[in-house]
Amino acid sequence: MNLTIDVSHKEDVAYLTLVGEVDAFTAPKLKDTILPLTKEEGQVVEVDFEQVNYMDSTGLGVFISALKSTKEHNSEMKLIHMQDRVYRLFKITGLTEIMNIDSTVQGGM
Amino acid sequence: MSTLKLDLENYKELLQEYIRTKDEQALYQAEQFSKQSMQHQISPDEIINVHIQSLQEIYPEMPEYIQSSMNFLLETMISYGLAYQEHQSLREKQLELKSEISVAANMQKTLLSTVKPELDEVEIGALSVPAKQMNGDYHHFVYDNQGNLGIAVADVIGKGVPAALCMSMIKYSMDTFPEMRMDPSVILGSLNRVVERNVDSSMFVTMFYGLYNSNDHTFSYSSAGHEPGFYYHKETDEFEEIDVPGLVLGVSADTAYTQYKREVKRGDMIILLTDGVTECRQGERFIEQDEVLDVIKSYSHLPPQDIVDQVYRHFERLQDFHLRDDFTLIVLRRNV
Repeated sequence: MNLTIDVSHKEDVAYLTLVGEVDAFTAPKLKDTILPLTKEEGQVVEVDFEQVNYMDSTGLGVFISALKSTKEHNSEMKLIHMQDRVYRLFKITGLTEIMNIDSTVQGGM
Repeated sequence: MSTLKLDLENYKELLQEYIRTKDEQALYQAEQFSKQSMQHQISPDEIINVHIQSLQEIYPEMPEYIQSSMNFLLETMISYGLAYQEHQSLREKQLELKSEISVAANMQKTLLSTVKPELDEVEIGALSVPAKQMNGDYHHFVYDNQGNLGIAVADVIGKGVPAALCMSMIKYSMDTFPEMRMDPSVILGSLNRVVERNVDSSMFVTMFYGLYNSNDHTFSYSSAGHEPGFYYHKETDEFEEIDVPGLVLGVSADTAYTQYKREVKRGDMIILLTDGVTECRQGERFIEQDEVLDVIKSYSHLPPQDIVDQVYRHFERLQDFHLRDDFTLIVLRRNV
């Protein structure tokens, strides 16, 4: 499986739409896309997970380093439309407590 | 060039032979010649040079334009020659790295090896299998001779060498903790600070730490974002998820971990694992949690070590013997 990352900008918000799987093979590409965005002060990065049906812990690592970067650079990250299986990963690792995650489209495998 | 000069006569003869007879045999010899050249690390442009010299000797009257075209070809091939040499040296380096990694993997095995304590009160089964050469999973037993058994199960995110190095760091930090302070929440809190200070921002560690007191048969535990384990109730023949909140190690320096405690009844089991167990896939399909539990249950009459071995074999078969992730499974059963 592959991962395609679509980036669009509207005012201060960068929208990332992910389609596919985030794993050890695709995570570096995601990291290269998302990290520079979080380094701009005041930037809001919104990541749409609706079409991500699998993510492993390497993917989680990308979002942890992105979160650390938002704190360092005063930017913001939001994760939206997360499916159950992916949400579970954030939940187990305790990250739902410290990340801005809105999972209105849960379920749907 | 010295070996080539020796071979120049040989090449010239082969070429002459072939031009005269168009014989397959000469072509076969040409192939041998090129294989030998490769063994002696002779680059393609050097062979062209030999070809030009042979032609000049066979056809002293060779037209000027053919001579020029051959020189042109020689120039063109020089970059190939350089690339070939580079390829050769990369291959050597690769072999070197490969053997260094296997040395490191062996060292890691020795460093991280843990002895499974043999106790009358609790029986232990433990298995950890790496998906690649180096294991990113870690488990460790500590027994203090006063009836306290500490069990750590951890998964380093990020795989391969960096994960292995991180694991060694954790192991040594744990070794330096005084034995008196085996409280799971304290251990996780200390490790969190170690990992937070020392590890790359995209790397993190999940860990479950449990302390079994074999005097009063209580189990105290804390989790740092680790895959939930299970508690098996012998009386009802049912599993219960050991679902404890807690942030993964290395994200935030001031994280505090809550400690829980429960009584363990005779015949009950505590099952600890890493996500390599729960993230098994059959083709494109993910294995559901209930399936994992059903498999464990089907072997629950066996001794704990046999349970973990059989469960591993089951999922290894299911995935066509191709592990996607490191697989660690630990089963503790209260015996008396």
